[in-house]
Amino acid sequence: MTEFSPDFKEPSTQILLSKFKFVSIIGISLAAILFQVYVPRFITQLSYLELPLLVTVYFSLMRRSPVAGVLFGAGIGLAQDSLSDHHLGMFGIVKTLVGYFAASVSQRFDVENSAIRFVLGFFFFFFHQFFYWVLSRALLGQTLTFDLPQTLVLAILNAVVAVPLFLLLDRLKIN
Amino acid sequence: MEFLLNRFRNLTVLLLAILAQLVLLAYQVKSNQEVRLIRVWAVTAVTPLARAIEIGRSSVSRFFSDYFVLLDVREENKRLKAEIDRVQMDNQFLRTQLSTADRARSLAIFQAQSPSKTIAAHIIGNTTDQGAKAVMVDRGSNSGIERGMAVITPDGIVGKVSSVYPLSSFVLLITDPTFAAGVISQKNRVHGTLRGQGNSTVIVDYVQNEEKVEQGEWFYTSGDDRIFPKGLPAGEATVVRAGKTHKEIYVTPSGFQNGFPEEVLIIVEGVHAPIPSGPAGNQPVYLLAPPPADGETPAPSLPSKNGLTTDADRLLDRYRKIGEAQNHVYGERGSGAPNYNATDDSAVRRAPEENPPDNASSATPQR
Repeated sequence: MTEFSPDFKEPSTQILLSKFKFVSIIGISLAAILFQVYVPRFITQLSYLELPLLVTVYFSLMRRSPVAGVLFGAGIGLAQDSLSDHHLGMFGIVKTLVGYFAASVSQRFDVENSAIRFVLGFFFFFFHQFFYWVLSRALLGQTLTFDLPQTLVLAILNAVVAVPLFLLLDRLKIN
Repeated sequence: MEFLLNRFRNLTVLLLAILAQLVLLAYQVKSNQEVRLIRVWAVTAVTPLARAIEIGRSSVSRFFSDYFVLLDVREENKRLKAEIDRVQMDNQFLRTQLSTADRARSLAIFQAQSPSKTIAAHIIGNTTDQGAKAVMVDRGSNSGIERGMAVITPDGIVGKVSSVYPLSSFVLLITDPTFAAGVISQKNRVHGTLRGQGNSTVIVDYVQNEEKVEQGEWFYTSGDDRIFPKGLPAGEATVVRAGKTHKEIYVTPSGFQNGFPEEVLIIVEGVHAPIPSGPAGNQPVYLLAPPPADGETPAPSLPSKNGLTTDADRLLDRYRKIGEAQNHVYGERGSGAPNYNATDDSAVRRAPEENPPDNASSATPQR
């Protein structure tokens, strides 16, 4: 029978949580959605920048709580839905899943690392687009096309933006 | 049960959140209704903000263009334009004037000329849809806008109103993949369905391979969809080729040919019009006559209101007036020919009524 020595301590499983002011979370989320509403009118190329998604991913990664991730995703997704021209719930469902998985992933990886943030930004953009396409076909019967090369390029672009954006948002943390 | 809920707390919350949204989605699809309250809140919250940003942007932009960047250029431009007014008094002048007129003026001219009753609206933002195939305009139910109304510019159709809120509305653009409208080709009168593809070109679908459509042919709205009045330009066919079952016809939307519009017209009472026989760019547009130079009598060489520019056109017009004066119908069997040698006094008498003197500064429609 194995006996532990008195000095033995269990490895710490406590994860470093990041906290933000409530106002920061609401303000950043609103700014991301307004950016998508207003800015692409003048700079069309920026319409492919999914800032609400990147914000969802960031807050979910930093909170490291799947429940919080689900709530962030659902909230931002539904707000985005309410300003879109399709049924309420499409972005909501997709971003709920993104928030949940991002928070789950954050418990296993060092999400402070820029390389990992890049990979996660790429992965979650692709996941978001693909799942939105699947839901549009399956739930609404829409025949949208899924352009794989274009989605991959856009995923890279969004991941490139995600890295400095996340660094910027890191400044809003409450230590 | 409690143990299971605690153990799978995260998964339970996820499933509940997704289930709730699925129910919300199913309700909307089943009842074909929106969850209006949430949308009204969101749109009403965003509209003033978007409008304020737009006003701020345009004010700053106007300030810089008026007082710094274009101060000298504008003065010089005015002087040059005055010079041009003195030397160019023909149709080309009017065309140049039209092409350099700003969009708001063109829009106002078109609005006054159009048989349909329209309301001008300003695009104040995009929707959050990916690729922005829908836009937000600053007119809503308070201005009499209703869902399904057609949205156009002087250049062609732009889209249709898809959602209406008190202060603003969403417009689904013709480039959206879910957009469809009935169209008819100008030359061969071939009917088809205009559909967006999610990019800058649109396609005309359901045209049989046997039917004749030429490259460069214009498509106009057919009125079949009960949204767009008949006779509005939709675009020019840039690629026409045979497909497996139907022709593949790619059309460049004329509504976007001068860039993405900032001002649009929403048709509140549509009036069907015939399909024009000439190209879309040569349709009559109501314009003021060029201003006379100070201290000079205007040049008498203004083109007539029908835009007759060649001798053949003028001869044709003269014969037409002779025919009308003698109550002759061209092409009618057994009616012989009118007396072309007769003096066309009656036609001449009527001419001043139809064509006011060229030196009059009243408005005349031009081609």
